Amino acid sequence: MLCQICGKNDATVHFTKIINGNVEEMHLCSSCAKENKDIEFAFDFPFSFQKLFTGLIDSVQDKGLQEKDISCQCGLTYKEFLESGKFGCAKCYDTFTGDMDSLLKGIHGHNRHEGKIPAGTKDKIIQKKAIDSLKSELEKSIKVEDFERAAYLRDEIKKLREKTRDI
Amino acid sequence: MIKWLGGVGNEEDVVVSTRLRLARNMANYKFPELMTEEEAELVTNQILNTMRDNANPYRFYRIKDLSDIEKNVFVEEHLISPNLSERIMNGSFLISSDEKSTIMINEEDHIRIQVLLPGLDFEKGWEISSEIDDLLEGEIEYAFHEQFGYLTACPTNAGTGLRASAMLHLPCLSMTGHINSIIEGLTKIGLTARGLYGEGSKVSGYLFQISNQTTLGEREEDIIKKINKVVVQIVSRERSTRAYMLDKKHTEIEDKVFRSLGILNYSRIISSAEAMNHLSNIKLGCDLGLIDNMDPKEILSLMMDIQPASIQKSTNTIMTEEERDIYRAQVIRNNLINMEV
Repeated sequence: MLCQICGKNDATVHFTKIINGNVEEMHLCSSCAKENKDIEFAFDFPFSFQKLFTGLIDSVQDKGLQEKDISCQCGLTYKEFLESGKFGCAKCYDTFTGDMDSLLKGIHGHNRHEGKIPAGTKDKIIQKKAIDSLKSELEKSIKVEDFERAAYLRDEIKKLREKTRDI
Repeated sequence: MIKWLGGVGNEEDVVVSTRLRLARNMANYKFPELMTEEEAELVTNQILNTMRDNANPYRFYRIKDLSDIEKNVFVEEHLISPNLSERIMNGSFLISSDEKSTIMINEEDHIRIQVLLPGLDFEKGWEISSEIDDLLEGEIEYAFHEQFGYLTACPTNAGTGLRASAMLHLPCLSMTGHINSIIEGLTKIGLTARGLYGEGSKVSGYLFQISNQTTLGEREEDIIKKINKVVVQIVSRERSTRAYMLDKKHTEIEDKVFRSLGILNYSRIISSAEAMNHLSNIKLGCDLGLIDNMDPKEILSLMMDIQPASIQKSTNTIMTEEERDIYRAQVIRNNLINMEV
């Protein structure tokens, strides 16, 4: 069925107006329906998939971020993100990160990437993991007062850090 | 014929095409939605410089340099996304000479690599798209997060950034209504079915696009394996339904096919929607061996050639809907006559 107003697009909004017993049926396309004053309640055109998933964000955190009017360095505010469901830059993933884990888990069923890693980044990640493991070893050595080992580990971490900077 | 349909593919009686799309962004730049024209230009130039020395030559187009008809033809031939065609200020794309690979620039993400192959071939598609990805990555620093993977404007694409899809021609599963339970089943295992032109588009000519819905948490090879397995199953169900109908409802199927052939051979006015349905029946007739003097791939190609923008491109004039419908009927008649072998 075509829209009654423009006669071009398919009618997707159907409504019945009853005033003093007079029944009037209207069949409109979404753009004509938007302009029609008879339809006063707010339509969401098209049904916003983005809102569906931003709704997955934990409501407590959501309130905190909204009240503080948090915005990312790219200029995107948290409120805008909730509206569009789209980030403005890579940093947004950290800025709005409070509950990114549960947002991504809600969308994908997972929150940890598996698969391809850019070759340059791969080395960095391996180094970072190595540093993390040396750090925890260092803490253990300090606890048991094995200072000789601790000094050795500290130097190793320093070396690895410098190496990472060069990548 | 549409260029990318060239070559021999697998399972071509049911699988029209395999498509892989990788979403990537450059580190240190805002995503396209928020970037200025200058930033968009810097991003575009870096990608162009990286691809310049490539052994396979790519053609480069800016959306703003294309007429409405020209850019819609690229959309109708599935070479670029509808979304890119609307990025008038900053959108552009590179396309390989065989038209099987496209690099879309400043669509929703800075980079969208698309590989489109005839028939079913996810492995080759992944190989080609990953190669292009490696090439770009050699020169460009990607926005990548240790935990979340490749970062994208929309969190629904984050992780691998991979959308793998197959376009299937499923006339018999549609006629019997079995398609509904298949679509329902797909969503339960993280896959989804869409119409001919992707997200939000209608199913036309019994053509369905099956793709993965989630992109994070599974390796690319696993995503591809899963969707490939499912597609193979659907192909075999479509084939068995075809065989059943050919056996039990032979005259009805024959009637459907030749009625469509009759309409297309003699009509003088036809809309793209009506033409798609009849061409779909004729393709089925070719695949079932009921019509043996036409190439089903030529029919598929014609399905894209008769879309609104493509129809106008051949005469290079802007037509009204009525004029298009008249001209379309003529194009189809001429093509069907020429097609007969």
